[in-house]
Amino acid sequence: MRSETLYRLLDDRAQKRSVVLATNLKSNEQILIYPFDNNTKTVNKILIKAACEAAHVDKGRTVETPDGEVFLNVFNPPLRMIIVGAVHISQPLSVMAEVAGYQVIVVDPRRAFATPERFPGMELRIEWPDEALEELGLDRRTAVVSLTHDPKLDDSALSVALHSEAFYIGALGSKRSHAKRVERLKERGLTDDFIAQIHGPIGLDIGARSPSEIAVSILAQVTERLRRPGLS
Amino acid sequence: MNPTGDPYPSHDAVLEQAAQWKADNKGVALATVVATWGSSPRPVGSLLAIDEGGQFTGSVSGGCIEGAVVAEALDVIQSGEHKLLDFGVSDDNAWEAGLTCGGEVRILVERIG
Repeated sequence: MRSETLYRLLDDRAQKRSVVLATNLKSNEQILIYPFDNNTKTVNKILIKAACEAAHVDKGRTVETPDGEVFLNVFNPPLRMIIVGAVHISQPLSVMAEVAGYQVIVVDPRRAFATPERFPGMELRIEWPDEALEELGLDRRTAVVSLTHDPKLDDSALSVALHSEAFYIGALGSKRSHAKRVERLKERGLTDDFIAQIHGPIGLDIGARSPSEIAVSILAQVTERLRRPGLS
Repeated sequence: MNPTGDPYPSHDAVLEQAAQWKADNKGVALATVVATWGSSPRPVGSLLAIDEGGQFTGSVSGGCIEGAVVAEALDVIQSGEHKLLDFGVSDDNAWEAGLTCGGEVRILVERIG
């Protein structure tokens, strides 16, 4: 690997850009492919397609090309989970998500909720969710989990998340409160297709009761969306 | 453990260490898991960076073959020729280091710079 390739790779990581390192296993020739950008005119089309697929499933692979075997190593941006609502469930969820490899950001405009005592070491944003989410920029490696119990806050977060590339959007609430939420979002002009992206009631149905158990069910569902992006 | 709780260092940590060693004018090699068969401890794409003194960071197996990979990497740093290494239980004559889990891995070792 040339030093320049290493430095470019590090720069892409810093810019949170998805990049695939393609290495010819015979010649050790290497190129960087950007699966979600259009800057790869000189690169073989088969290789671009394979790199896109590899980036999408977040898994390296080897492909046969006329020039021999090429190994594709995927460097996707880090995973992030944005938790809207500094509520009870958010406490165990933030810790679990961090252990699972997510950079966690907790957003809540209510100062009494979003305190460092309740969320030791977590990045806290005491802001309105829509503003915070716009600032944070929701890319395809971001999960948005809205847990505020407050329609004003949840709806404002969801409206932004639904127009983003976030790979997961979930909102806490019973079937009944979710149905009400769907109505409110429709009044805001969102279509059914958009609203259907929301996982609500949030989490896998594992009979969770306590805040920690609900956090497990949420993290399980987020994991499923991350690892099986095609299914829903 | 790094701060995220992941027991293995991230891609970033490995690449940054490699860049740091380069900046210190050291010879550096990068090892990458390019294929696995059966149960292998580290997934395809896992990285290990090695400097000319035999220091390393990252992981290609969870510990069982790192020693052998580091030894090969020192060769690669000298020669500049990349290598493809196969490790596995079936490969008992070539390598003393086997994978306890019974899997097989193929590892690319290349010099940086």
